Amino acid sequence: MAGRGRGRGSHRGLSFDPGALGFGRGEGLPPPTLQPPPIYPPLEFKPVPLQEGEEANYLLALKQEFRGSMRESPYFIKPQSTKKDIERYSDKYQLNGQNKGQGLGWTPNWNTFPKELRIREKKPKRLKLSVKPSLAGTKLKAKGQKGDTKEAENKLKRILQAEEEGDEDDDEDEEEKKKKEAEGEEEEEEEFYDDEDIEEGTDYALSYFDNGEDYLDADDDALEDGPVY
Amino acid sequence: MAQTQVRLGGLLLQHQYGEIVENVGTFLAAKGSFPLKDIADGTKLGMNEVKKALCVLIQHNMMDFERNRRGLLEYTIHINKVLHITRYPRYIYCAKTLYGDVGEFLVEELLSHGQMMMSQVCRRVSERITQALEEGQSVDEFQVRKTFVDLVKTHFLQRVAAPPSDSGDKTDAETELQVKEKEMFLIPPAMDVDYSKVNPSVSSSGKRKREDGEEGDKVAKRPRSTSPLSDEKNEDAPDKGVYWHVNFTRFHQFFRDQAVLSAVNSKMDRYACEIVRTMLRISEKTTVPLAPTTQPMSSHEIFQNLPSELDLSRSTLGEYLTLLAEDKTEIVNKAGESGGGMYILNMQKALQTLCKASIESVVQERFGSKCSRIFRLLLMKRHLEQKQVEDMAMIPAKEAKELLYKLFSENFVTMQEIPKTPDHAPSRTFYLFGINIHQVSRMLLDRCYKAMGNLISRREHENTENRRLLEKSQRVDAIAASLQSSGADTTQMSEVEEMITPPERQQLNKLKHDINKLEQSELQLDETIFLLESYLPGSEAMVMY
Repeated sequence: MAGRGRGRGSHRGLSFDPGALGFGRGEGLPPPTLQPPPIYPPLEFKPVPLQEGEEANYLLALKQEFRGSMRESPYFIKPQSTKKDIERYSDKYQLNGQNKGQGLGWTPNWNTFPKELRIREKKPKRLKLSVKPSLAGTKLKAKGQKGDTKEAENKLKRILQAEEEGDEDDDEDEEEKKKKEAEGEEEEEEEFYDDEDIEEGTDYALSYFDNGEDYLDADDDALEDGPVY
Repeated sequence: MAQTQVRLGGLLLQHQYGEIVENVGTFLAAKGSFPLKDIADGTKLGMNEVKKALCVLIQHNMMDFERNRRGLLEYTIHINKVLHITRYPRYIYCAKTLYGDVGEFLVEELLSHGQMMMSQVCRRVSERITQALEEGQSVDEFQVRKTFVDLVKTHFLQRVAAPPSDSGDKTDAETELQVKEKEMFLIPPAMDVDYSKVNPSVSSSGKRKREDGEEGDKVAKRPRSTSPLSDEKNEDAPDKGVYWHVNFTRFHQFFRDQAVLSAVNSKMDRYACEIVRTMLRISEKTTVPLAPTTQPMSSHEIFQNLPSELDLSRSTLGEYLTLLAEDKTEIVNKAGESGGGMYILNMQKALQTLCKASIESVVQERFGSKCSRIFRLLLMKRHLEQKQVEDMAMIPAKEAKELLYKLFSENFVTMQEIPKTPDHAPSRTFYLFGINIHQVSRMLLDRCYKAMGNLISRREHENTENRRLLEKSQRVDAIAASLQSSGADTTQMSEVEEMITPPERQQLNKLKHDINKLEQSELQLDETIFLLESYLPGSEAMVMY
């Protein structure tokens, strides 16, 4: 009780007893710090200047060139571009987004590389299937109205299945993937690792649909297409 | 030290191969070896991206894989190989000094692609040189091939491990990848420069490493004009399956020899340097590459192999050898009297001397010359008490005490307590100060890695801060270049120039200057790192790959 009163009474002072640590009266403890310590310790001796000379310059030029060329090489993996906020209809008809990030860009020596590192390129199968229904639909319409809804359902199922198969690649287990890869390799070996394939399924010219994003990038001086209504 | 290495490795990977590779690399370096699925889970990246990153790392010889007990493939990254990226310019420059421009381009191509077939490399390099030269001149691919063969003969390039050829066609890469010793530097006969050796007809079956001569004929008849670049499919390449990469160990050995030679040169004179160079050349044939000491060689042998322009007589040679052998640095040791005196080169000692010299200069630049004096005193006398240090260093006692304790607090100097009485009373104990070169080297190496990481981060920071300005200047340059090529007049050019205002131009110049300085510091720091790494055992700078 008495001790507590004493403890409460003294405002000054520290939470511990300096006398117990071996300091005498009044001395010992450093003054209280009022600001955070400096970021860098003070530099007493300035560093010696760098090496000069032709060799050093040449090495420097080599280094920068090398770094620059590595950025452009296919080994530099750029992270995939961020997804657009809304899925747009034009995405189906735009070529640049789809096949870009898929393949490796260079062919490794598969003899010495593990087979599980092969990447299956996703072909946009949806386009192919989307053609068939339109033809089937017209045929049926000519005949009669009955089979229409059923056909539509089947079409939908087929499309969904194809999409699922395409998406499953990413989430499968290793073993299943290996099997599929083995199959996939046998079927589509030539087409797969060739980036130049253009989808030939649609009747429309694939550059037809203009997203409109290029509008603002054009020069102020030249609006080549004339006024847009 | 591993932590600083991982950080530095991460930064290097990021600048060289992108962020995805950096994520995968730092994950594996920090956490160990993992199979594919765990990597994808741990880094939270997509499966495809992880695969791509792993492919890049394997291609550039930084990663290994092997089957673990559960049958999955585990991937391991070698962080010390990642750290070699800092030294790439030095390798390229070294190839240039030894083999000229052709050698430089060959090594550069191989470094940027990791592994490649000989035919591909040679073709690419000859295209590049033809482009660089003026119209009308072209370089013979034969010349390029010859330089390649030279590089292989001196072991600067070596073959990549491949699955053994006798296990049939269906080998996985996961079965053992091995390179037989004698095959390591063997050029496939089809690519041999001496065309008379090429066998035109027989195609042997199934063998992969030794390439069959079926395409040999085509090699001789292939037209000199550059083939279109779409011909990268390599189906008709005569040496299919034989890949080459740079042999870093050999380059390191070369650098080490260079360092020792320049040390001898500066300590004595160039005659001594030539003598040591001759000894190194002789020992190349007799000694295992990275042995700590060479085999003994007699002075007669040295005399025979000296370059003739030196014009040294036997007696002068004998004097130089005695001088070298008695020198404090113990680079050359006398091993016996037979054959006019047997001498060995002690590379380990040489490296130690170089290390000591580096550390001394570090102490001098950091703490001042008085500290350096104390440091050298301790190096010489091994163990000294505090009082003895004060007396011997010829520095006022109070100052000497302060400097000694400063060195001690920075861990350059160690202290050993030797009690006189069983109760370890401070007044009755000897406190001996000494220097442990090993420990100090490790500490400095760690600091060097950290410094290198800091330099790269700072450069990155400068780039991001001034990104807007840099992009603007790039665009202006592009516009100026296109205007110039389409033949604009001076008013338009000056307009374009004015798009960058003077203060911006000043800022840009300062930025370029700063970045150049930072990069140059990196290059210079790398030299110290190399020295420390090659001295320390177990730091894998000198391990045979």
